[in-house]
Amino acid sequence: MTAPVAKYADAFAALDTTGAPGWLADLRSAALAEFNAVGFPTTRNEDWHFTSVTPIAERSFRSAKPSAAPTLADVLAATVGDPSWPRAVFVNGRFEASLSSLKTLGAGVRVGTLADTLKDSPDFVAAHLGKLATFDKQAFTAFNTAFAQDGLVVRIAHGVKADAPLHVIHIADAQAAGCMLHPRLLVVAEPLSEFGIVESFVSLKASEYFTNAVAEITIGNGARVHHYKVQRESEQAFHVGTVQVAQGRDSAFHSFSYAAGAALSRTNIYSRLGGEAAEVRLNGLYMVDGSQHADHQTFVEHIAPHCASRELYKGILDGHAHGVFNGKVYVDPEAQKTDGKQSNHALLLSGTARVDSKPQLEIFADDVKCTHGSTVGRLDDIALFYMKSRGIGAESARALLTYAFAAEVLETVELDALREGLEKIAFERFTQTEQ
Amino acid sequence: MLKIDNIHARAGEKEILKGISLTVNAGEVHAIMGPNGSGKSTLAQVIAGHPGFEVTSGSITYGGDDLLDMDPEVRAQKGVFLAFQYPVEIPGVTNAYFLRSAYNEIRKANGQEDIDPMDFLDLMEKKIKLVDMDPAMLHRSVNAGFSGGEKKRNEILQMAVLEPKLAILDETDSGLDIDALRVVSGGVNALKRADNATIVVTHYQRLLNYIVPDFVHVLAGGKIVKSGGKELALELEAKGYDWLVDAA
Ligand SMILES: Nc1ncnc2c1ncn2[C@@H]1O[C@H](COP(=O)(O)OP(=O)(O)O)[C@@H](O)[C@H]1O
Ligand SMILES: [Mg+2]
Repeated sequence: MTAPVAKYADAFAALDTTGAPGWLADLRSAALAEFNAVGFPTTRNEDWHFTSVTPIAERSFRSAKPSAAPTLADVLAATVGDPSWPRAVFVNGRFEASLSSLKTLGAGVRVGTLADTLKDSPDFVAAHLGKLATFDKQAFTAFNTAFAQDGLVVRIAHGVKADAPLHVIHIADAQAAGCMLHPRLLVVAEPLSEFGIVESFVSLKASEYFTNAVAEITIGNGARVHHYKVQRESEQAFHVGTVQVAQGRDSAFHSFSYAAGAALSRTNIYSRLGGEAAEVRLNGLYMVDGSQHADHQTFVEHIAPHCASRELYKGILDGHAHGVFNGKVYVDPEAQKTDGKQSNHALLLSGTARVDSKPQLEIFADDVKCTHGSTVGRLDDIALFYMKSRGIGAESARALLTYAFAAEVLETVELDALREGLEKIAFERFTQTEQ
Repeated sequence: MLKIDNIHARAGEKEILKGISLTVNAGEVHAIMGPNGSGKSTLAQVIAGHPGFEVTSGSITYGGDDLLDMDPEVRAQKGVFLAFQYPVEIPGVTNAYFLRSAYNEIRKANGQEDIDPMDFLDLMEKKIKLVDMDPAMLHRSVNAGFSGGEKKRNEILQMAVLEPKLAILDETDSGLDIDALRVVSGGVNALKRADNATIVVTHYQRLLNYIVPDFVHVLAGGKIVKSGGKELALELEAKGYDWLVDAA
């Protein structure tokens, strides 16, 4: 499946690039060329072995046209979190100022659209855009880089602790049908700053569209960033999202990826531990049913010594759903005293659901501690019997045990409003069959 | 209340219970003793409805109804309670939520409304005192990371809250120190009424100093080889099981 991408040449030519600096035009052209050269990945590509992107490759998505904004009430009803959080709302990929509210971010946190920041601080954007999420051999990142029209740039000043997390809401409405959305996020947390960001991907109407998101997060020395990704796209949609992080010395990155939407989704969370004693935690939960396919790939690059990585992913699969988890860890010869722990657990609720999981450890240092554990199972019969023996009916017992499986990883979400919202969704999902 | 008639049961290919008959009336306390592997837990689990055991012949009636025909949750809703020899850990479900779910499902099955959450808190406060447990345990996952003694106390707490008609305690005393044994048996005795019955499965005569049985049965090789009054327990303490097992 090579060069199916010629069909996007017209869409590329039609992009409105007025005012874009020369370097950006060059970057986009180079990205398009790379996209054309590599084409969509096939299952022969090791990184895509269990996920066929044929449904995305065989379609021709259009660029989205501006459309009337939904109401704020609709946006808030579709998202999980605290409505008082500062928010940046993108409707079908375009920033919607009338729905956004960025005033409450506090001093030291600067947020602007990609277009505005290119005008205000072109050098800043030039210094960071495309620097972490490089597109060499990466079709989807190249695709995004070539086509990203709108996006968000966030800068947290040295030593600043943001009062509240920033909620970036990507919302697709009926107008998104047949369209491709290429949102871009750039976060730079200067040394010793602390910042939380929630990226929600939601839809107002079931329709077939393609989100191809890329985020780049630079975390300075001693800085701490929490990133939460909430993927609740339309169940007919396609979603590919890449979060690429670079961490400095003594920094911390905590990531939580929730995936319950989309017909086909792939989430990449990659962090490079480039400074000593940095810490990364990658957790996630996916819940899929019907013929949904949800794939997560994580990659932790231990470059500096004394760094720690922790990973816990859980999946709950019903119907004919297919889950994929691929946790990659690389430990550089320099990264002595690396402490890495990875586990992923999947719960199959039907005989036809399927999971493929593959931990991949490449360790080139000798004084390290790296472990991984992986299980795929069904509800424990003995636990079910125990609950029934206390009078709890079979359905409730199954629901409670399934919810408990999810709750164990959801409890690591540190933002109360988000955790409670996701717990409620999970609880209702597994208990609703009861009545 | 409970009438077991010539029950045979197996797990997989292995026959474990080989013809057991036992009648328990309201107000009675029965002790079942016997060497390891004699089938005591199997009998208890069969009464509770464990799916891993198959009853190949015989019958059990409870309150006149066919017990073996009921799902485990129905048995519980009708007042059967088994304190497990090895209580099960359920990470992610708090004790409080678990107890309230069980309490309300039993009420619902008996045509009653859910208990008011505040009333339930009061009830818990009372019951938790009975087993001398730290109230913080209510907010921990069911049995997860509990010590052996804490698990046994938790079983008795569940029993205290659910107030069964027929309670079966499977080696609830094993692994308890004397203080815990006093608390646990004190809890059991406090729940004793004229209209309920208790079966205590134990390996040690010691427990029967605290929970005094009306009848003692000795199980060996899947059969009841001897039944008697409480003095039988003392005889077993003095002579061991061998004389009965050899005779069987
Ligand atoms: N699930 C099972 N599958 C096979 N054998 C079992 C199973 N459960 C118990 N047994 C066997 O049945 C016998 C009786 O076990 P059990 O009822 O636990 O004895 P007790 O409680 O008296 O020590 C033992 O030999 C035990 O190994
Ligand atoms: Mg036993």
